Amino acid sequence: MVKVEKYIVEMLNITKRFPGIIANDNITLQLKKGEIHALLGENGAGKSTLMSILFGLYQPDEGEIRINGKKVDIRNPNDANDLGIGMVHQHFKLVEIFTVLENIILGVEPSKMGFIDKKEARERVIDISERYGLKIDPDAKVEDITVGMQQRVEILKMLYRDNEILIFDEPTAVLTPQEIKELLQIMKNFAKEGKSILFITHKLNEIMEVADRCTVLRKGKCIGTVDIKDTTKEELSRMMVGRDVNFVVDKDEAKPKDVVLSVRNLYVEGENKSVNVIKNVSFDVRAGEIVCLAGIDGNGQRELVNAITGLGRVSSGSITLNGTEITNASVRQRSILGISHIPEDRHKHGLVLDYKLEQNLVLQRYWQPEFQNKGFIKFDAVRKYAEGLIENYDIRSGQGPITITRSMSGGNQQKAIIAREIDKDHKLLVAVQPTRGLDVGAIEYVHKRLVESRDAGKAVFLVSLELDEVMNVSDRILVIYEGEIVGEFDPKKTTVQELGLYMSGAKRNTTKEKEDGE
Amino acid sequence: MENRGNLNNKNKFNLGNIFKTSGFSTLMAALMAIFLGLIFGFIIMLIAKPSSALAGFRYILLGGFRRIWDVFYFATPILMTGLAVGFAFKMGLFNIGASGQYTMGMYFALYVGFMWDLPPGIHWIVAILAGLVGGIIWGFFPGFFKAFLNVNEVITSIMFNYIGMFLVDMWIQNNSTMYIPNMARTAYLPKSAQIPSLGIPGSNVNFSIIFAIVIGIILYIVLEKTIFGYELKATGFNKHASEYAGMKGKRNIILTMMIAGGLAGLGGAFAILAPSAIAGSSVTYEPVNIIAPNGFTGIAVALLGNSHPLGIILSAIFISHIQRGGTLTSLVGFKPEIIDVVIAVIIYFSAFSMIMNTALGNFLKRKFRVKKHKLAESIDNNTKEKD
Repeated sequence: MVKVEKYIVEMLNITKRFPGIIANDNITLQLKKGEIHALLGENGAGKSTLMSILFGLYQPDEGEIRINGKKVDIRNPNDANDLGIGMVHQHFKLVEIFTVLENIILGVEPSKMGFIDKKEARERVIDISERYGLKIDPDAKVEDITVGMQQRVEILKMLYRDNEILIFDEPTAVLTPQEIKELLQIMKNFAKEGKSILFITHKLNEIMEVADRCTVLRKGKCIGTVDIKDTTKEELSRMMVGRDVNFVVDKDEAKPKDVVLSVRNLYVEGENKSVNVIKNVSFDVRAGEIVCLAGIDGNGQRELVNAITGLGRVSSGSITLNGTEITNASVRQRSILGISHIPEDRHKHGLVLDYKLEQNLVLQRYWQPEFQNKGFIKFDAVRKYAEGLIENYDIRSGQGPITITRSMSGGNQQKAIIAREIDKDHKLLVAVQPTRGLDVGAIEYVHKRLVESRDAGKAVFLVSLELDEVMNVSDRILVIYEGEIVGEFDPKKTTVQELGLYMSGAKRNTTKEKEDGE
Repeated sequence: MENRGNLNNKNKFNLGNIFKTSGFSTLMAALMAIFLGLIFGFIIMLIAKPSSALAGFRYILLGGFRRIWDVFYFATPILMTGLAVGFAFKMGLFNIGASGQYTMGMYFALYVGFMWDLPPGIHWIVAILAGLVGGIIWGFFPGFFKAFLNVNEVITSIMFNYIGMFLVDMWIQNNSTMYIPNMARTAYLPKSAQIPSLGIPGSNVNFSIIFAIVIGIILYIVLEKTIFGYELKATGFNKHASEYAGMKGKRNIILTMMIAGGLAGLGGAFAILAPSAIAGSSVTYEPVNIIAPNGFTGIAVALLGNSHPLGIILSAIFISHIQRGGTLTSLVGFKPEIIDVVIAVIIYFSAFSMIMNTALGNFLKRKFRVKKHKLAESIDNNTKEKD
């Protein structure tokens, strides 16, 4: 403590309480100018709360914030913006029906005599985007562009406002491996330019790659700040979770048995009904194996899953479950026949967020005689069942079974869904990006449960965008590209690089014979 | 184990928890809206006629107590239309068509009352059931269009308000048994078709208010205790999740709209089949091409009651109460419309209930801050111990 460091942002002894929980307990975070500072922690550790305080969405109960050494009072996001703080939120805040350009200038439109001067704005936006290599089409509507591009729009919004302090809230959660690489490079460029970056994440590889320092939170408390060059991935994860984390999924050799799910010559139409987004797909999933569908987002995974689970229609082909034709069966019929489904979007499909936890835990089973009598809910049975699941699956929440699900952390919401789907009597488990947005501790948990399900003789169909997950968890890999299965691999005999070539369409083979990858 | 620690604490700090329950805060928000609405109404009365504002305001507040049975009598139809709007709202459907369903139910009840010859004691019951059927039919259409053609139920039900009203006016004017052209109203209903009076002299109040309250309680049970209610609310909160869980969304939409329509239809039947305090007469309907205002008052009732069946019972009685009081303000020179202004303001404020909730929450938080600190600390300790 001899040298006086110069910090651009200092959050000193911040405490923030919510009913029933202390989200931030005496946390101190100091950001140097021109550094990339990672903020690491499990879901519910208090990262988002801390950043929301810096961004003016919450007021701290105790503690103070200093910008360039001066104490400031940030009452709302406008104050934050005036101080040069910009944030890319995990869930983008864009107007979908506006163009990219309109979104970027929204709120700070340059005007001439009361009319928006789009020409000037366009020139500036193009200038900034070229300078940082953020490729965008200023006239495309946001609803028509990819998630990766939407994120670039969010970043450009910050740059357009001349923000010097950039907060990235789990920016890589929604990106493909290639896009992640680009983003990390862009972040490095920002730091070189002298911008200061707060990088919220729980992906350790990314922290090791780009960050200069890292502050670790656990259960609302600050565990410490470390220099990345002096630390290791294992140490960081220990700090974050409070114990050693196993990065390699522990599992025995799969012992596949009978075919459970069989898909034959499946075609599915796209939303506009003109083209098939699933083309002639055939595959089997057997009891006791985890088959993983790998591919870049938007190559037909959603449509294929919807066809299997009954949420979407099939145009031709057949799907059978344990020999029973289910091609046109309803969601409920499939559920009864033994399909469990961990959906891609837990907020949109997986949960009724305004329901209590216990109500969500019976979402697939409330109609069964165990939980209802002549149409009346058996509240005692529901409560007892929920308490059992909460105990067995370690679902943490403020008030147990009566917690409103919306108030729970993302990881625990996901645990609730997993508990519900795995505990339900099932033969096939369809898990779509089950670890999306989760931290290492929770990811380990999910993977363990998937393997357990497999070992219990269930067929598991896993859809994943994360190549690490694909390689670690699966017993068999199918690669999907533009709606077709372009290759089948044994994870032990293939490499991430080879999968990447197939995922990007550079290579394909429809026969099962495998060529050697480079 | 955070959850355990918290459960234990819940018992210790009951007071704090009461303030946190959503039921309590919505009730407080509604009371606050009423309070502000009344103040605003008083200010308007002061501006309009300062000399008698206080007297007029006293009538609004207390006048209803003088005619308490009439309060219940006039509460009946708006209670039913309020339930019709609120019930659909629980599923995320805005049933603005309660007026049409109400009118249709009223016509069906009238038809049975005039055209069917049934023994006393059964006649009025069948007439009520006919009203139920009329409302169900008129609720079915918007539900059907919504479920199968994805037509917004607001548009359909507004249109069905007009279709229903014009149809009923036409049918009544073309029926020589029902209609007395030179009076421009329906004839007096036979005694057997009138709902038995509660026997309060000078008031039309009858058994239908009891039916209406019982129906409200039944709806509460349906919504809170049955799997149909579970599905209905789940669909209202999150349509996608309900599809994911395999609920029959289309069937539930139609069923909900039919039930809502039936409720409004019953409201129409209750209104038109009410016995008259004047012997030998009855309530009558004037086919003058006006959409039944009770349907729209039902929206106000549902909003103030936060779409909760029990809340709607209270809000219907309250609105009826100040409406009765409002009519008395004419004694001191006010136009009775003043009360519509007050009701409108109350609804306006209750639409702010979110803001009210937060403002109130902050106020209570400040008051109970010390307690909360203790609560937070004990949770913290608990967590530590368990770790």
